[in-house]
Formats: sequence, C-alpha cells, structure tokens
Amino acid sequence: MLSYVARRVLLTVPVLLGVATLVFGLIHAVPGDPAQAMLGESASSGDLAELRSRLGLDQPLGVQYRDFLVGLVRGDLGTSFRYGTPVSAEIGQRLARTAQLAIAAMAVAVLMAVPLGVLGALFRGRAIDQAAMTVSLVGICMPNFWLGPLLAIVFAVELGWLPVSGTGSIWHLVLPAVTLGAALAAILARMTRASLIDELRELYVVAARARGLSVGRTVVRHALRNSLIPVVTILGLQLGAVLTGTIITETIFSWPGVGRLLIQAISFRDYPLVQGCILFISVTYVGMNLIVDLAYAWLDPRIRYQ
Amino acid sequence: MTRVAGLGLVLLAVVTAIAGPWLIAVDPSALDLSMRLEPPTAGHPLGFDELGRDVLARLVMGARISLFVGLTVVGVSATVGTTIGAVAGYAGGVVDEVTGRVMDILLAFPGILLAIAIVAVLGPSLTNVVLALVIIGWVTYARLVRGLVLKVKELEYVQAARAIGAPGRRVLIRHVVPAVLSSVTVQATLGMAGAIIAEASLSFLGLGVQPPTPSWGTMLDAGRSHLFEAPHLTIFPGLAIALLVLGFTFAGDALRDRLDPRLSGWSG
Repeated sequence: MLSYVARRVLLTVPVLLGVATLVFGLIHAVPGDPAQAMLGESASSGDLAELRSRLGLDQPLGVQYRDFLVGLVRGDLGTSFRYGTPVSAEIGQRLARTAQLAIAAMAVAVLMAVPLGVLGALFRGRAIDQAAMTVSLVGICMPNFWLGPLLAIVFAVELGWLPVSGTGSIWHLVLPAVTLGAALAAILARMTRASLIDELRELYVVAARARGLSVGRTVVRHALRNSLIPVVTILGLQLGAVLTGTIITETIFSWPGVGRLLIQAISFRDYPLVQGCILFISVTYVGMNLIVDLAYAWLDPRIRYQ
Repeated sequence: MTRVAGLGLVLLAVVTAIAGPWLIAVDPSALDLSMRLEPPTAGHPLGFDELGRDVLARLVMGARISLFVGLTVVGVSATVGTTIGAVAGYAGGVVDEVTGRVMDILLAFPGILLAIAIVAVLGPSLTNVVLALVIIGWVTYARLVRGLVLKVKELEYVQAARAIGAPGRRVLIRHVVPAVLSSVTVQATLGMAGAIIAEASLSFLGLGVQPPTPSWGTMLDAGRSHLFEAPHLTIFPGLAIALLVLGFTFAGDALRDRLDPRLSGWSG
C-alpha cells in the first residue's frame, strides 16, 4: 500500500506543476499590459510603473516564473491588488464558507437520493418508480443557475419560508445547498436504484426473506448497505463537480465563499487574486481526486496492483 | 419515446433559430420602457424584460447564440481532438507520451474553471467563450479517439493494409479514422448539451456573451435582479436551456444505442 501511495503522490507532482505553469502562462497571456488592464486607460505612467514593479512584471519572464513557483511552495500566492492583503489570507477567510456549502450540498444530495433510489428499486416499473426517475432526470437536466433562482422564487419570494441570499443562520444555507446538491442527488438516485435492483436479486436477500424478514428490514439491514458501495464511489468522483459548482451557486446566493471571490476578482481585474483562486480550486480538485484514489486503493487491494 | 422527444426538441430549437425572426415580427432590441417588467400578455406571451424588450423575441435570438456556440465548439473540438487523438494513438511513442501528459494536465483542471480562467484573461466576449470551450473541449475527443485507435490499429484489415505497403497516413485516414467516427458522433451530440450549458454558465456569470446581444445565460443573469417583481425573466430562459439540453441528451443517448459499436456487440 505504501509504495502505491508514494507512486500515486509522485504522479501528482508533474500534474500540479503543469497546472501551476498553465495558470502562470494564462495570467501572462493578458492581451497588452496587465498593469494597464488593472488600472484602466487613464492611469499615469508613474502609477503603471509602480504597479508593474509591485507585481514583478518588470522582471524577465523566467525570473517571474521562478519567483512564482518559489512563492507557491511557501504558500505565498501574492498580494491582492484590490484589497492590498495577501491572496492566501483572502482565500483563507472564505474557505470555511465554501467547505460548509459543499458538505451541506453533499449531505442534501445523499438525503434526497437514497430514498428516491430505494423507492425506484422497490417499486420498479411502477408509477412510483417512474415518478422518482422523472424527478431525478429533471435534476440532471436543470442547470444550477436556473434551479437556484427558481427555488428562490418559490421558497423565498412566494412562500417567504427561507432567506433569498446572504449568511447568518442555518436557513441561509438551505437554498444554496439544495441548488448545488440537486444534480448530484439525481445521479446518486439513479445509481442507488440500479445498484439496489442488482442487490435484491442476490441469494442472501432471498434467504433473508425466506427466513421471514420483512421487506423493509431486508432492504435496510442487508441489501441497501451493500448497494451503497458504488454510490459512495460516484460520490467521490463527483467531489470535483461539487467544488466547481460552488462558483455559480455562491454567485447566485451571494454566499461569501472562494467561488464568489473569484468572480468578484475577475470583475475587478485583480489578476493576483484571480490567479490565486484558480490555483487554489485546481489544487484542491487534484488533491481531492488523489484522496479518493487512495481511499479506493485502501478499500480495494486489487487497485494497488494494477 | 425519449428518442422522438430528443429529436423533436432539437428540431424545434433549430427551426426556431432559423425561422424564428421571420415568424415573430418583433424586434428583440426594441426598447419600450413603459412595458418594463410587464408579465406575459396575449400579444407578448413571455412578457417584457427590464428594458421593456419582448422576452419571446429575445429567446428566439438566444437560440441562435446557443446553437451557434454548441455547433462551433463541438465542430472544432471534435475535429482537433479527433486529429490529435488519432495521430497520438496511431503513432505511439514520444508523440503519444507528450499528448498524454498535456491531456493529463488539462483534465486535472475542472473544465469550467479553466474556461473561466481563459475568459477572465482574454476578456468576456462570444469569440473568447468559443475559444475557451474549444481549449477545454478537444481533450475529451482526443482521449476517446486515442483509445479507440489503439484497438482499431490492431485489427486484421488495418494490419493487412500496412502489410501491403500502404503509407501510414493513408492507413490512418482511410481505414482507422472512419472506424472511430460513429463514437465521435455520439460524443459530439452529447457534447452539444455540455457546450450549451457551459456558454450559458459563463454568460450568467457575466463572462460570456455581453448585453445587448440576447443569450439565454445573460437573460437569466438579468432576471436574477428581478426575482420578486418579474419571475418570468428567470422562468422562460431557464426552461429553454433545460429543454434544449434535455433534447441533446436524449438524442445523444439514442444515437449511442444505434451507433456505438461497443453497445452492439462489436469487440474491437
């Protein structure tokens, strides 16, 4: 297992270096002068020279790249042009909010998906199954930038049950979490249904029923637990989608997380902050994929020897 | 059933995009501030937007943008990806290694994040959205084609062509690539849905098509500020996106059932 972990971690290093290089290259591909783009057309030449010097843009590209990589290793993502504070501090302040939203969305997804999937499997081919799968199909096809405002219209505007945006209480989290978790719930519900249908055909389920166990007890105590293994796999694979989904969801509901920070940084042309946010989200994405892979290898020894 | 529904929805969108402006005799850019945020009426079944423009006329124009982006992104991505994937898979060696590493890095990025980064750098516009979506889009086709070419090039008829001395380029173009095109077509149909959603996402975030050009994503973004007084500004553009995405998803699934050799018992 240790050698697998070492190999898998080592394989991540060139990917991370490639991601960092790509982000560095992108920011330096800003048409014209990035300092001019940040300060606008009316900026004086003195202000432009000062900003170039502050951002290190007056250095040769090779030196800038070296400084960039050294800074990354030290956790230094540069200084935000707009806030005048370290980019890492700005991200750090909002990290907990993004994590809170992502975890809540995954919890909502599981809570919606498992009952839908179980109903679909138990009443396979009947009206309840068709209704459950239609709901999940709608969830897959509804983009979150439409679902979010629709939920806000129904539950905040019409019914007045939930706040439309912002933070402050657990109720503020409900609409963003449902918006972000709906597509995942739809995928998980279909997976739960398919997996449970397979599981219900197994001999141990027939044996449990023959011993007189009720349908509910057989499903909950035996079949469901086994059928959830592929569901957990899909959940791991979808972590990245949830992470990037926070960008739109946070924008819709003015949720003060890293995704919204990125969009605000883009609108203010705060390139160091844009660069920092993109790097942070990408590295988190790569890191989460690594953790998921390692978890599979730990759970399933066959993967280690492939 | 889903096949008919999918093709029907796609056909409806295409007809709307082509013939819509002639069928609806309302200028999508015409302002009438006295009708600002007015709800649907008999003469204007989808109501008016925040500047008093007809929402139906703008949705019809938006269909053109969505389909244009979808077709361009998918067309260019599929062509570039198929070429790179076919060459990498057929040539092997260093070419395959280098393209493989580039693809690994691009796939390490969440797709939409890379598109956001590219548009943030190049500036928001329709052209830059298409460019960004092509940059992230070709990898899917390249990976798919590379994998298929690795199998196809070992088939007997390809080996026979090589054995009789056909040049590598000719074998690749005449014998290998045609064998993978059905899978590329399926992926391209499903890719239309992804490209349409991605364009709408970027426009919704203010990074795509810029006002006053009517894009469904931009219309949804504008509607967000008027949830209380004009929910129709949110409901209709979103419905249009969801239906078109559903249409391409169904059509892609139906095509896959018909064309994908892996589902019809072809072992490769």
